[in-house]
Amino acid sequence: MPELTYLQAISDGLRTEMRADERVFLMGEDIGVFGGAFKVTDGFVAEFGEQRVMDTPLAESAIVGTAVGAAVVGMRPVCEMQFADFISCGFDQLVNVAGKMHYRQGLAVPITVRLPSGGGFSGGPFHSQNPEAWFMHAPGLKVVAPSTPEDAKGLLIGAIRDPNPVVYLEHKNLYRRVRGEVPEGSYATGFDARVARAGDDLTVIAYGAMVHVALEATAPELLDGAAVEVIDLRSLVPLDEAAILASVKKTSKVVVLDEANATCAAGAQVAALIAERGFEDLDGPVVRIAAPDVPIPFSPPLEQAVLPGVERVKEACRDLLAY
Amino acid sequence: MAMAMGIAGSDAADDSVADVSVHLTRADRVELLRTMLTMRGIEQRALNLYRQGRVPGSFYDGFGQEAVSTGATFAMAAEDRICALHRDLAAHVVRGTALERILAQYMGRATGVTQGRDGNVHFGDKDLGVVGMVSMLPDMMLVATGMAMAFKLRGEARAALTFFGDGSTSRGDFHEALNWAAVQRLPVIFVLENNQFAYSTPLAKQWTVEPIERARAYGMPGVSVDGNDAEAVFEAVRAARERAIAGGGPTLVEAVTMRMHGHAAHDDMRYVPAELLAQWRERDPIELQERRLAAELDVAALRAEVQAAIDAATAVALRAPMPDPATATDGVFAEQAVPLGDGRAPWSGFARTEA
Repeated sequence: MPELTYLQAISDGLRTEMRADERVFLMGEDIGVFGGAFKVTDGFVAEFGEQRVMDTPLAESAIVGTAVGAAVVGMRPVCEMQFADFISCGFDQLVNVAGKMHYRQGLAVPITVRLPSGGGFSGGPFHSQNPEAWFMHAPGLKVVAPSTPEDAKGLLIGAIRDPNPVVYLEHKNLYRRVRGEVPEGSYATGFDARVARAGDDLTVIAYGAMVHVALEATAPELLDGAAVEVIDLRSLVPLDEAAILASVKKTSKVVVLDEANATCAAGAQVAALIAERGFEDLDGPVVRIAAPDVPIPFSPPLEQAVLPGVERVKEACRDLLAY
Repeated sequence: MAMAMGIAGSDAADDSVADVSVHLTRADRVELLRTMLTMRGIEQRALNLYRQGRVPGSFYDGFGQEAVSTGATFAMAAEDRICALHRDLAAHVVRGTALERILAQYMGRATGVTQGRDGNVHFGDKDLGVVGMVSMLPDMMLVATGMAMAFKLRGEARAALTFFGDGSTSRGDFHEALNWAAVQRLPVIFVLENNQFAYSTPLAKQWTVEPIERARAYGMPGVSVDGNDAEAVFEAVRAARERAIAGGGPTLVEAVTMRMHGHAAHDDMRYVPAELLAQWRERDPIELQERRLAAELDVAALRAEVQAAIDAATAVALRAPMPDPATATDGVFAEQAVPLGDGRAPWSGFARTEA
């Protein structure tokens, strides 16, 4: 198996589906000749042409809205927001038009919206957001967030093949930092959780970039040999409730970790689920770690003060293990 | 400005009505009238049902605007696709949605087009190539633009059409859709249903530059027609569609009309000057078409025929069950993606093309 970066795996997933299915085409700002702000579609125009790797006007509502129109007449559009933050300008089309279409009139909207998300590199308040909770709250949208190159490819292919609108969060801070073996050819990863590391003493539940923070913070040598299980949610809608509750049952202690702002975050939903259906299995309070409810600041010391990091997760786990 | 337009047949003293399209047979003209009568009849029936408490929520209609969706949809082919709004019931009638399903839709019945999922005119039959509106306007301009984009990508000679209102020209999606469609030269027809008021807001508070002028600024033709003449609307859309499928790009067609009822059934529209309503009442789109056909058609018989169909559909709809509460959470997600199907396209011009 070739070893690819997370970013290369996304490109590989797009290329694989475009070769296999002529209905698949890409839309976004600067994705064509320029190859995208992060170069995910570098070289795509040469292989697929400018029509299937479409440089669009700077119009996020139109990117999502026209994708809906193309989808309901048989295409499989993949939209790129240049940064996840800009989906706010396409929010209405995604939430009100795409998300509600099937429930209202039985018409499927197979679109994928790629959201380069997350902070950690001084992107500031408008290039660092994790907007997944907005879309978890909107019926009819699926929401996935890979943490590994293998899943980045497999979840993207799964999203493109899914008959529903899928919000695909790709974490910018993983693009070139994370490498891993990626199967060749076509495969779709299911929208369910995986056990990133098995353990019996405590569970950390995370997704996206925070899976790597969780793994680093809970290395046995840092926690006096404790065996910490790390659950990588991979999909937020649908949420793999069975996997979450099974791990709670096994370890009885849970840390829920988000990079997003804390209030009503994905982790809040996970904590609520555990409170409702895993209470009897708990041997300590559900601990949440998330960004405080502030815009993500620009200057490195401010940003690092806000984003959950290894030290904070390690200390939370240490405290909970001692509970 | 609208009242200043030269309009065929608007002089009440002259009963002869000029033809505005050479592309309509007598049967086509009768079909246009039948469609408008059906729209008005269904909406009158539904308004009665609303007042009887059988239509939940509120009730929106297109009274006085029947010519717009009738004429525009009549110009669209079976394989074309349409986004219809709340004043455009005739679009569904032309495409072939069964009348009892429309009435059941208003009443929130299980047999309505959305099976009770959405109300009033928020529907479109996916099997007939129609997408229903959302309340955020004019979102569907972008959806129609996307349909046209797909047709162009695949090299298909098809077009998409969307309606939108005067108020929604103030929102960003209006700009994004016109700009995008012009940049990509897409086969899409934007039908502006200018009915003088956005809820209570008159045109003077909506814009300073006419939308058809703005269309030209974006790089597409803007055409203004009498929105109370189904044949005039048909002819403008027919020409726009011909241009579109020949690769000529989008067109903005403004149909100038008047909303003769309130925004919805609760609205007594006391903000509309009485004399303005009186002027427009003289220009009723159905009466215009009846005058055109009076010499060669038994109008009373046609009206009776349409009313009988509506009565029968009402009886069926009233017998239909309400949705099962146990299904309220079903269908949020699709199990498979089936694209929109083809609709009815009754214009004789399509039959000749196919023959």
